[in-house]
Amino acid sequence: MALATKMKFGVVIFPGSNCDTDAWHALHDQMGAPVDYIWHQDTDLSGYDCVIVPGGFSYGDYLRTGAIARFSPVMNAVTEFAGKGGLVLGICNGFQILLEAGLLPGAMMRNVGQTFVCKYVNLRVESTQTPYTRAMRQGAVLRIPIAHGEGNYYADAEMVAELERNDQIVFRYCTAGGEITQAANPNGSRENIAGICSRERNVMGMMPHPERCTDPLLGSADGRLVWESLLGG
Amino acid sequence: MAKARVIITLKKTIMDAQGQTVEKALHNLGYQGVQNLRMGKYMEMEVNGSPKERLAAQVDEMCRKLLANPIIEDFSVEIEG
Repeated sequence: MALATKMKFGVVIFPGSNCDTDAWHALHDQMGAPVDYIWHQDTDLSGYDCVIVPGGFSYGDYLRTGAIARFSPVMNAVTEFAGKGGLVLGICNGFQILLEAGLLPGAMMRNVGQTFVCKYVNLRVESTQTPYTRAMRQGAVLRIPIAHGEGNYYADAEMVAELERNDQIVFRYCTAGGEITQAANPNGSRENIAGICSRERNVMGMMPHPERCTDPLLGSADGRLVWESLLGG
Repeated sequence: MAKARVIITLKKTIMDAQGQTVEKALHNLGYQGVQNLRMGKYMEMEVNGSPKERLAAQVDEMCRKLLANPIIEDFSVEIEG
């Protein structure tokens, strides 16, 4: 896909991040986009259009997932950046960090089912009205892998209703045929929620890893749709 | 120097997957009488200053900012000495 823009990406690295290189590889090598790494002590995000908060186990998952990373110097800058409309994508642990930081509503809890789940799942695209999903088809089923022990998304009934009202639920776990069932829910997430966006739609968090499936060689290239949405101009 | 104790638990309305699993393990060990096992966190710390009320307010603030996640957790604070 030809790049219509030269959107510049930054990938944040915390102590314990481990999907930073995958995100860099997907954006740089697969998509041909300019990418820098951003150290967790850095506070200057000028020059970036999109900041990726990657997966991993930042600060050893101590206290709660994302709870310590949320207070690292870079996160103040990320909050300010998001407040000005900058694009912020949190993947897996990155999603957990954005929840702890209050950039997205809700909280993450331990998986129901006693397991760390590492496998491909089916996701239904619930909203194409985000910068991350606009190249997708509403209701399409994507195959993207998950790998987490705490992906059990929690929001109270009022919060879920608000998410639905504002079209903030972006992805739901589903069957291969696109049905939302309990059996297709890998972690106990409320309403099968796998990804949500902010009310302003510039911040998105998702538990599945689009950076791990950008090349058909890896089993699926459905993750490309996230990058193509961002880069599509 | 006073000692502060903090207990953090999942809110009662939230399903505790970890607690339920531990409860089942106790049942398997023969402790059939166990129910409603809830997991939580215990922290203790030494804090400088006085009076106790002010320290309690300070630790309370720590809980709201960092130690607990108010969306899913409740906490209690006790100051000793």
